[in-house]
Amino acid sequence: MATVHMTVNGKAVTGHIEPNTLLVAFLRENLRLTGTHVGCDTSQCGACVVHVNGQAIKSCTTLAIACDGAHVTTIEGLANGTELHPMQMAFREHHGLQCGYCTPGMIMSAVDMVNRKGHELSEHTIREELEGNICRCTGYHNIVKAVAAGAKAMQGMAKAAE
Amino acid sequence: MYEFEYHHPGSVENAAKLLSTLPEAKLLAGGHTLLPTMKQRLAAPKHIVDMRSIRELHGIHVKDGHLVIGAMTTHSHVAESALVNSHLPSLAALAAGIGDPHVRRRGTIGGSVANNDPAADYPSAVLALNATIVTNQREIKADAFFTGMFETALKEGEIITHFVFPTGIKGAYAKFPNPASRYAMVGVFVARHGADVRVAVTGAGANGVFRANALEAALKGDFSPKALDGKGVSADDLNTDMHADAAYRAHLITVMAKRAVTAAQ
Ligand SMILES: Cc1cc2nc3c(=O)[nH]c(=O)nc-3n(C[C@H](O)[C@H](O)[C@H](O)COP(=O)(O)OP(=O)(O)OC[C@H]3O[C@@H](n4cnc5c(N)ncnc54)[C@H](O)[C@@H]3O)c2cc1C
Ligand code: FES
Ligand code: FES
Repeated sequence: MATVHMTVNGKAVTGHIEPNTLLVAFLRENLRLTGTHVGCDTSQCGACVVHVNGQAIKSCTTLAIACDGAHVTTIEGLANGTELHPMQMAFREHHGLQCGYCTPGMIMSAVDMVNRKGHELSEHTIREELEGNICRCTGYHNIVKAVAAGAKAMQGMAKAAE
Repeated sequence: MYEFEYHHPGSVENAAKLLSTLPEAKLLAGGHTLLPTMKQRLAAPKHIVDMRSIRELHGIHVKDGHLVIGAMTTHSHVAESALVNSHLPSLAALAAGIGDPHVRRRGTIGGSVANNDPAADYPSAVLALNATIVTNQREIKADAFFTGMFETALKEGEIITHFVFPTGIKGAYAKFPNPASRYAMVGVFVARHGADVRVAVTGAGANGVFRANALEAALKGDFSPKALDGKGVSADDLNTDMHADAAYRAHLITVMAKRAVTAAQ
């Protein structure tokens, strides 16, 4: 057993875990944050994407113990109380989901994309940047629309915070 | 994933000590090859030696006209680095095309080169750009490093610390990615070193990355895509798998080489 300390969605957490615990298992099973999903066993689908120290990564391919001291944000950490994050609202508005399984990873990736590439995202950029996120339902069309709209809406959020 | 003990030494020296004293110990870099392999129980090390806290292995700088890249430097760091983009833009472009954004955040140049996956991108850059692989024990020239599929000149317990790339080389990498995995079905790195030309092919060879001598000879006389008309690599030593047969890969090598030469003009 080993002890890890992290800040998850703004809260300090401590866990006693086996070293072979994946970050996604720690989040889901120890912290009961089941919004982060596991969709594959090959590190390809992106359903497990969370932010570690501000960067989107696949939590199924990261050891929890290697995140000792890290700041982690999951899909549960995006909304402000009952008010959804602009990217979440954009997915709802533009029907960017059907079954919803891939959605947490899509949204965490989309927010990261905006952080790196800005608020005006072309369709080409969005499709290229979603390379690591697989959706079995939507055909991606509405996901791309949702990300573009969410990116613009996040600009409003940044302004409001100033 | 089987159980293991976890270590995260703060120096290369301590990492090397752990590797030499612990039974069945394995280095962990970005984990984007090793962890999936362990999840599938294809590897079951008893000890994991995580290099994330070893500062000397991270980062990029220029020294004596060479670009020095630490083994633990991630693909996204190389892709976005101002130093790499100004001194060796072909390398930055290659790194930007590896896998997907999340893979690039974790995967490292050291892990990719040490692993020498026959479909990985970096080995072609190391070979075509004639980089030197520096370990905790010695310096290894690229031509002596890649010894076969998933095989390298690294000895048991040897740790890559950094890579030294010559700069100012006109070069480019063209890859035909596997549409599902983004690994190279065929990738060709063409680099012009003064009068010399080096062409490295990944994704296709039955023994991993290799230099295409016939293409190099053709390009030495005339560095243009036209010089490659009718030139190619024999399909005999190329891979056949569910993605492509050897003849198709041979065809793609010439096509990708032409694209790389055009981009390197
Ligand atoms: C979905 C997906 C898509 C991918 N697509 C591509 C792609 O398109 N192109 C591509 O090239 N790669 C691709 N990769 C592989 C990715 O680039 C890996 O990150 C990389 O090959 C291994 O680097 P790592 O840092 O993750 O190494 P790890 O997985 O941590 O280690 C790999 C091996 O190298 C050894 N090792 C690591 N560092 C050192 C060192 N400094 N000295 C000695 N030995 C060391 C380890 O012990 C281990 O055996 C993909 C991976 C995934 C999961
Ligand atoms: S569950 Fe992590 S990539 Fe599929
Ligand atoms: S909405 Fe079902 S997998 Fe994407």
